[in-house]
Amino acid sequence: MLRRTEWIYAWLLLTPALVLLFAFTHYPALITLWSSFFSTPRGKREAGFVGLENYETLLADEIFWQVLSNNFWYALVTIPVSIALAMVMALWVDGKLSGRSFIRMAYFAPTVLPLIAVANIWLFFYTPGFGLIDQIRGSFGFAETNWLGDPDLVLGSVMVVAIWKEAGFFMIFYLAALQSISPSLREAAAIEGAGRWVFFRRVIFPLLMPTTLFVSINAVINAFRLVDHIFILTGGGPDNASSLLLFYIYETAFKFWDTAYASTLTTVLILLLSALAIGQFFFIDKRVHYR
Amino acid sequence: MNDGSRIDRILNTSGAWFLGLLWFLPLVYALWTAIHPGEFSTRLDLFAPLTLENFSNAWNAAPFARYFLNSFLLVTFILAGQFLLCTLAAYAFARFEFPGRNLLFVLVLLQLLVMPDILIVENYMTMRALGLVDTIVAIGLPYIASGFGIFLLRQTFKTVPKELEEAARVEGAGPIAILWKVYVPLAKPTYLAFGLVSVSHHWNNFLWPLIVTNSVETRPVTVGLSIFGSVDQGIDWSLITAATLMTSGPLLIAFLLFQRQFVQSFMRAGIK
Repeated sequence: MLRRTEWIYAWLLLTPALVLLFAFTHYPALITLWSSFFSTPRGKREAGFVGLENYETLLADEIFWQVLSNNFWYALVTIPVSIALAMVMALWVDGKLSGRSFIRMAYFAPTVLPLIAVANIWLFFYTPGFGLIDQIRGSFGFAETNWLGDPDLVLGSVMVVAIWKEAGFFMIFYLAALQSISPSLREAAAIEGAGRWVFFRRVIFPLLMPTTLFVSINAVINAFRLVDHIFILTGGGPDNASSLLLFYIYETAFKFWDTAYASTLTTVLILLLSALAIGQFFFIDKRVHYR
Repeated sequence: MNDGSRIDRILNTSGAWFLGLLWFLPLVYALWTAIHPGEFSTRLDLFAPLTLENFSNAWNAAPFARYFLNSFLLVTFILAGQFLLCTLAAYAFARFEFPGRNLLFVLVLLQLLVMPDILIVENYMTMRALGLVDTIVAIGLPYIASGFGIFLLRQTFKTVPKELEEAARVEGAGPIAILWKVYVPLAKPTYLAFGLVSVSHHWNNFLWPLIVTNSVETRPVTVGLSIFGSVDQGIDWSLITAATLMTSGPLLIAFLLFQRQFVQSFMRAGIK
């Protein structure tokens, strides 16, 4: 093929995908940044340039800071816990175990359910007094607890749901990585007399590092992207104690119709995600042993 | 086998089973509630009468048939669009030399980080400008050009031996014929993997459909379920859990039937 024809061919192949990609990812991302410098159009009053006013509002917005700290704690707890659980699950399911396929199914099943359905089931569990959790606690003589109505407990209760949903998903990636590790390594370690723990810490864990990098970047994105369960479980309440950043963006844009401020919040979210992804890459990359 | 490793074995097995049962408990309990009359939903009684009435009541209490149809149309539309567009783009990235290739590929990968899921405000404006609000097309359109799909297929296409392509070219096949006859058949496992991941993702998606739909004719099951749960059903938990299991039913059954393929395809999607 002539070089010029090849170029034209390639661009023609790319055009449909790129048009949609730009229209619904890059263009809105740029417009989000742009409209964060304008006011929200109301009625006949058009959007006007306001400079950094939205960002000043943001810095003074107590709800924003609370939601941001909620989201940080949410990420800080759910990510390490679900990754650690995923690793343990994968090691168990990869080894010799009676009833292995049932256990693998049990770990993975929450992953295929819609988060919204999962939230419905857990809402039932958390019902004060007669939900499953309080019934079990009640039989040991504990008083009934309003898991989702108490500002001190609500975020933790939401985290439990997220961990239950995510751990099995990450397990799959570890399982794939474990199955690609050569069995001769285990034999070599056995000859050297290395115990299981030493073998895990010195051989398996380092070999799983690329997977850990992949999984943790995914986990960070999910911690900021998935808010479906908040709608059902708490609606962000009580007093925004369980609201996450994307849920607050939704409320700002589609309940209060303050689109300019919602764009400002989205800009912060995008910057945050980029910084976290880049930071993670450099932080873990140094510790990754590539094969 | 010595004693130490036997104890080790027992500890690991019981740990795995404990966690497995704990993980399974919520689903079992939901199922238990759904197949017993309402008055047993909060007390465990092994001899409570079984019933399927909750399912039929839930089915009749909201237009679930329509919601299912909408979800089905939605995932079909998205999957067909993704297969077509991502295949063409992946082929260009894998086997063509052209200026701007690396830059464009980086822009594609950027979507893995900045997903349409978080760009709800501006995408809603776009849909309104296009007059597409409250259509199934609007729910699916932002996801058709999937960065993940392009990446996955490009990686697969790159592993296809060049000799196969040369042979087809000698026989006089053009680029599209080569793509269709050489690359696509060899990438079947990748299509299956990506297809399963995509279908389960979009069947379960909630936030964007919630924003962009506002009528029974377009709502997918997830949005329908959330409305069903909130439109004061009293607190009839047996009804709500029945509806919940119903909406996750197709995926759950598919998962139980194709467990191996499911797990393997998620693994495949992750490895590459």
